[in-house]
Amino acid sequence: MSISSKIVDDFVANGIEFVTTVPCKQLAGVIEEVEARDEIYHIPSNKEDEGMGLCAGAFMGGKRPAIIMQNTAIGVTINTLATLTQYYRMPLPMLISYRGELREPVACQVEMAVHTKALLNQLNIPTYHFHRESDADELDAILKYTFMCNKPVAILTDASFWGGYGDQ
Amino acid sequence: MIRSEILREIAPILRDQLVVCNIGLPSQELHMIDDQPTNFYMLGTMGLSSSIGLGLALSQPKTVISIDGDGSVLTNLGTLPTIANNVADNYILLIIDNGSYGSTGDQPTYAGKKTSLTAVAKACGCENVVECQDVDTGKVLQAAIDSKQMTVIVCKCDSGNIKLPVITKDPVVIRDRFMTAVAS
Repeated sequence: MSISSKIVDDFVANGIEFVTTVPCKQLAGVIEEVEARDEIYHIPSNKEDEGMGLCAGAFMGGKRPAIIMQNTAIGVTINTLATLTQYYRMPLPMLISYRGELREPVACQVEMAVHTKALLNQLNIPTYHFHRESDADELDAILKYTFMCNKPVAILTDASFWGGYGDQ
Repeated sequence: MIRSEILREIAPILRDQLVVCNIGLPSQELHMIDDQPTNFYMLGTMGLSSSIGLGLALSQPKTVISIDGDGSVLTNLGTLPTIANNVADNYILLIIDNGSYGSTGDQPTYAGKKTSLTAVAKACGCENVVECQDVDTGKVLQAAIDSKQMTVIVCKCDSGNIKLPVITKDPVVIRDRFMTAVAS
């Protein structure tokens, strides 16, 4: 089974029915898998803070949400995380491609990578870092934890986890 | 009419619906005029009223009205293509367009100048876009509810504010009360 299928299986097994995405090359496979599943309403958003608003509404409507985005989005969404998701105490699993880590070909991506964990730490957001494929074995427990504590939780997935960038 | 006068007039229509209300004065005004468990007050996060409302409408069957402002829609302009492409016929976006950032001191917005949010919404693919004058808001809103079709209403009105207190309710209380109303 592909890692993308396994991730989305864990989403579905945890009752996640509403997923918003902002694309990233690394996340293409998992986004395709989200789109393919009948159990999930997939709603692409134009910006990640918009996506977090959609997720807040879905949660209040009784659906478990998730967002899939790049780590650059942490720079975009700090206000939304603090004043909406955290302030109203809502759960939000954030599956994040951790660009700018080892094997990154685009230098500019490193500029946000060096801030990513510090920002998440500053926001008191529980953060998990998937580096090897087997790290995803914890995803099921991370999702259960997220919906137990009603917090945004970050799952950083780096290039090594996704098997590199191919021939770039 | 100014926004608070419109809210006072449409309050009897709003009270039977799920309402997501924009940050700042709009929420404070609605809270003062007719506080209801079916109202979700935004205490922060400018721009996301339409997104929260759409997510809510897509996730349950009751009618949802997002009350937004022209300034807030401009802040989150990407919301309009998302709304257009994810049709929820239980969703109404009511943009109170007074051409100004009311909560911050009535600085002019571009919607009060050359930009037409009605035209923008249509260009984004929204199928039922109605522009109305302040005095017609109640009639247009009720028609949108009755139509059971996703509708964007752009209500043109005057700029101006009333003095009123901030909302001191705890956000988790607002959210929990609202979710109980949604699920009932």
